[in-house]
Amino acid sequence: MNSVGSNCNELKQEYDACFNVWFSTQFLKGNHSEQMCAPLLKVYTECVKEAIKEQKIDMKEIEKNVLNTEEEKKKPTSQT
Amino acid sequence: MGKFYESSTVFHYNWQQVAQAFWKRYPNPHSSHVLTEDTISREVKGNKLFTKRLLTKTNRVPKWGERFINNAKVGIIEESVVDLNNQTLTTYTRNVGYTKVMSVIEKVVYRVSDDNPNWTVAVRSGWIDSHVFGFKHAIQAFGVERFRKNCHQMVMGFNHVLSHLYPKNTSMVTEEKSSVQEAREKLKDAAKRASDLAISKATPLVATCQNN
Repeated sequence: MNSVGSNCNELKQEYDACFNVWFSTQFLKGNHSEQMCAPLLKVYTECVKEAIKEQKIDMKEIEKNVLNTEEEKKKPTSQT
Repeated sequence: MGKFYESSTVFHYNWQQVAQAFWKRYPNPHSSHVLTEDTISREVKGNKLFTKRLLTKTNRVPKWGERFINNAKVGIIEESVVDLNNQTLTTYTRNVGYTKVMSVIEKVVYRVSDDNPNWTVAVRSGWIDSHVFGFKHAIQAFGVERFRKNCHQMVMGFNHVLSHLYPKNTSMVTEEKSSVQEAREKLKDAAKRASDLAISKATPLVATCQNN
């Protein structure tokens, strides 16, 4: 899959590969240290943030958290 | 008041498999509308993994809708929590921009099936709203229709990815329940994974995307 920033593609692939191994062999096994992929995540997300700025995608909207906050949508109470 | 939508889907793969495949969902033959996928942030807190991703998708709108939306792509923010204790993966997605025209919010909870511990249920809730005077209902109806279609695409695509990651080997049906545990411990061992899955019966994949 491509990154939103074409110059971030390589960093993304390296990070994704690392993450998928970490998720399967570390996180799901109960080892939650994030050290393994942290350096790759850092350079990759920095690249993506630059690309987002360049493409004028609303960063504030992206940074907002909704899940598990009061803003999260609730099921209509009339429905069962 | 917008429209509320709910549907549920059963995947014939265990929760750990679904959770792993979730991050490898794109690209797949049913995801041509997904253009890019990026991790914005990710961190572990306690036994939970919090992730935020940005997806961009093509934004096909009907002719009459072009007066409101002329951009060819739309950004989608996906927040997710993998909760190891409860064995749930919860995702919450919303569109960035054009939210006055049409806001589509979707929450999906993937959890272990009550019927079979080797299956995973995905419960999808959708909220579709529009604030365009005079076109609100048309836009909502369009949104609901697209939700339905996307739901189908999502299930087809996810099953495609799952079946490639965890091929079902019908010749290796085994009653040994313990092999499930074994397979979990040897994730890189494809043969083990196949025997693991054989337990969940050699039936064809059943994935419904029913709408209430």
